[in-house]
Amino acid sequence: MRGIAGHGPDRRFAAFRFLLLLGAGLGATGSAFAIGMGTEEARHLLVRTTFGLTMQRVREFSFLTHEQAVSRLLSEGNPAASKPPPAWVDEPVTPFRTFRNATAEERRRLQDRDIRRGLELRAWWVGEMLDSPSQLNERMTLFWHGHFTSSQQKVRMVQLMYRQNHLLRKQATGNFAELLHAVSKDPAMLVYLDSASNRRGRPNENFAREVMELFTLGEGSYGEADIREAARAFTGWSIEPDTGEYLWRAPAHDAGDKTVLGKTGNFDGDAVLDILLAQPRAAEYIVEKLWREFISQRPDAREVHRIAAAFRASRYDIKTALRELLGSGAFWAIENRGNMFKSPADLVVGTLRQFEIPVGDPTPLALLMAALGQNLFSPPNVKGWPGGTRWVNSTTLLTRKQFVDRLFRADDSAPDPVADRRSLNDVAAGAGAGRLSTEERERLAKSIAGMRFDSEKWLAHFPVTLAGDGETVRRIVLAGEPAGGLPAMMANRELVRLLALDPVFQLK
Amino acid sequence: MNISIGRRQFFGAVGAGLLSGGLPEFVFAAPGADYGRLLVLVELKGGNDGLNTLVPYADAAYARLRPRIGISRDEVLKLDEKAALHPSLESLMALWQAKELAIVQGLGYEDPNFSHFRSIEIWDTGSASNQTLGEGWLARAFSAVPVPVGFAAEGAVIGGLENGPLAGSRCVALANPDQFLRRARLATPMRASGSAALQHVLKVESDVAQAAVRLAGSAAPMQGFPPGELGNSLRIAAQVLAGGARVAAIKVSLNGFDNHQNQPGVHANLLRQFAESIAAFRSCLQGLGQWNNTLVMTYSEFGRRPAENGSMGTDHGTSNVHFVTGGRVKGGLYGEGPRLDQLENENLRHVLDFRSLYATALGPWWGMDSGRALGGRFEPIPLLRAV
Repeated sequence: MRGIAGHGPDRRFAAFRFLLLLGAGLGATGSAFAIGMGTEEARHLLVRTTFGLTMQRVREFSFLTHEQAVSRLLSEGNPAASKPPPAWVDEPVTPFRTFRNATAEERRRLQDRDIRRGLELRAWWVGEMLDSPSQLNERMTLFWHGHFTSSQQKVRMVQLMYRQNHLLRKQATGNFAELLHAVSKDPAMLVYLDSASNRRGRPNENFAREVMELFTLGEGSYGEADIREAARAFTGWSIEPDTGEYLWRAPAHDAGDKTVLGKTGNFDGDAVLDILLAQPRAAEYIVEKLWREFISQRPDAREVHRIAAAFRASRYDIKTALRELLGSGAFWAIENRGNMFKSPADLVVGTLRQFEIPVGDPTPLALLMAALGQNLFSPPNVKGWPGGTRWVNSTTLLTRKQFVDRLFRADDSAPDPVADRRSLNDVAAGAGAGRLSTEERERLAKSIAGMRFDSEKWLAHFPVTLAGDGETVRRIVLAGEPAGGLPAMMANRELVRLLALDPVFQLK
Repeated sequence: MNISIGRRQFFGAVGAGLLSGGLPEFVFAAPGADYGRLLVLVELKGGNDGLNTLVPYADAAYARLRPRIGISRDEVLKLDEKAALHPSLESLMALWQAKELAIVQGLGYEDPNFSHFRSIEIWDTGSASNQTLGEGWLARAFSAVPVPVGFAAEGAVIGGLENGPLAGSRCVALANPDQFLRRARLATPMRASGSAALQHVLKVESDVAQAAVRLAGSAAPMQGFPPGELGNSLRIAAQVLAGGARVAAIKVSLNGFDNHQNQPGVHANLLRQFAESIAAFRSCLQGLGQWNNTLVMTYSEFGRRPAENGSMGTDHGTSNVHFVTGGRVKGGLYGEGPRLDQLENENLRHVLDFRSLYATALGPWWGMDSGRALGGRFEPIPLLRAV
């Protein structure tokens, strides 16, 4: 069982300081206590950069200035996962020819095994989101997964999906240029965008197109001829079928001259990537995408230009871009609070973290996220998850609300969206997780049933003097005024449930 | 965008008021469009390979361009002396023989875009290549001529997260109608306010609440659909229709057509799913007496390159072939077959603007002035029978 709350003898003192900070946050400008950013801004920073704020973190960050807080977030980035991955990630891959030569029964067994492993891998990642102390790194790992997409549906070899995740994690807040070079030769990517079968004389344009359109420049900054020429340069990259490792196949490489974005030479794939990185547009394109991840759906052209210049000057240091973005006036602007949709990861992991709800086995959470449209390791297409308004439609909104409703109810009367047997089967099938055994289903259902909100424990975070005040709780639970109005009641379990069912709870 | 949301909220509020008033639906039938006729859009996601769907089997250039992935002329289902269907489309032959299957060739647009995402946006919004429009082409049609308020929704998206042509309309996503009804109590209609994001959530809440009232009483599950994404979605569509719920348009999709590699097996499987699902949907709607009131239409972001690539697959292309079927469709081939001897930059040149397909649905099918929704005149394709 996991728990996030800290209970110590200094709780009362912390609560007292917190009360003062709330006062500062409520607009007592000039107050001697207004040394830090206050609760509201701490909440905003944490909800955007981590998977769910915890009361303890809000409290800690409320005492920091913007600059201190951003530095602290960036310094917490540990590129290593906090928990070991499933043991099989180090097993050799099953070569394609083993599948081809297998009997039908053996093939089915291998496929079932990989489907199981895919689910284990998702559960492991959700576990990292829940518990990793390197929250910004974790969030950036997911960001890059949606940027440099690969999908288990096509790649099939689960170990390769893990290795790609490991790479994204390692460079999540590292260097974009290095990440681009590495991910382009990452075996899962070589399979996903067909580089492994791109050969001299018979080019396959898939990777060449997407690396320009989606990974570096965006539509409109290159021509069709650039794609055809670049595809020739990318020939020769392949994978070793027995180990699943990257392999350079010199005979498959087209060694003739190519012209890409006005430059001509006997380029190989890395040379083309460097040509792309040398375009000023590349830094802007990435900064715009980070803007949409952290600030709003409408990047400010002048600010993007400024931040991209710093990003380029730093030779694509991702922390530089993040420091500039999170330190920008736009990030802290009032109009940019509560104006973004929570992703399924935000909603599922974020709610459990925010309300300190213990999680046993995270597997059902991975399935729930898939039902909400975010199936880890299987983004819908090479563009990743479109996000924004696309997260919330009538089906997903009702599933989101049902999840929240059950967590906060005092009794077991409300069903969980994935708890009953049929839903679990449907959700697992929809998530590409195959058929669940009865045993597995019971185990998952039990795991969900164990996830309950402990209102007494959580409400104890609020100072006694304010505990009865619904508005204080509201300011922590929601990013803005509730659309349905503040329920006229004491701060109790039912108030928290009603706030979590308010439309504003879907926003961050 | 805000203006548009305001208008929708206005209609939503009027709708809610009328629902509680319990007035009969026909009073509010909109003048200028017959939304009693249903439009079903089937998106073939990823870019379907038109040349291996409707095969120009007699053209020597076809065999030359597709030495490894071309469909052999011994296997194809011949429609005339030039064109034949892929063998996996066998289930469509009954529709062809009943003269209810129109196949429209050479659809595309000027200055083609090869990005999946930009090109599907062009198809979804019905824009020109160099024009960006915010709403789906159906949403604009529903703005021009409102859908009766008694309808459960303007449109339903079954399967998938993308509203596509319905983006911006009053539409509901239905993955499972029974579950939808059970959970709908969690949605509360509220007045629109706040940020664009909040307005979106509030709109979804209102749309759910309104649809739930009209979806009540869903029918028993339908039989005869093949397994898979499209069969499942069309089965749900038939179930919703059987329950008596009214919507003007339904969007379903089949994913997986972006086959740069090892195309033949995957494509055959997708086409089989497509044909069997459409055939099952037809049988179902015939049983419900609704087939004559239904028009089914496929679309896709682009066709594929005539020359196969080195990976037994095809890269992104341009002009494409699409299917239109329904009880009132006049079967046959429309447009012009592919000119494989006149490629431009290795790609086919389109002969028919894709918006002609939309003009057919808006004009002859729904009876509205298509120019308003499409922002220009596009000649409808004469593929409907005179009633």
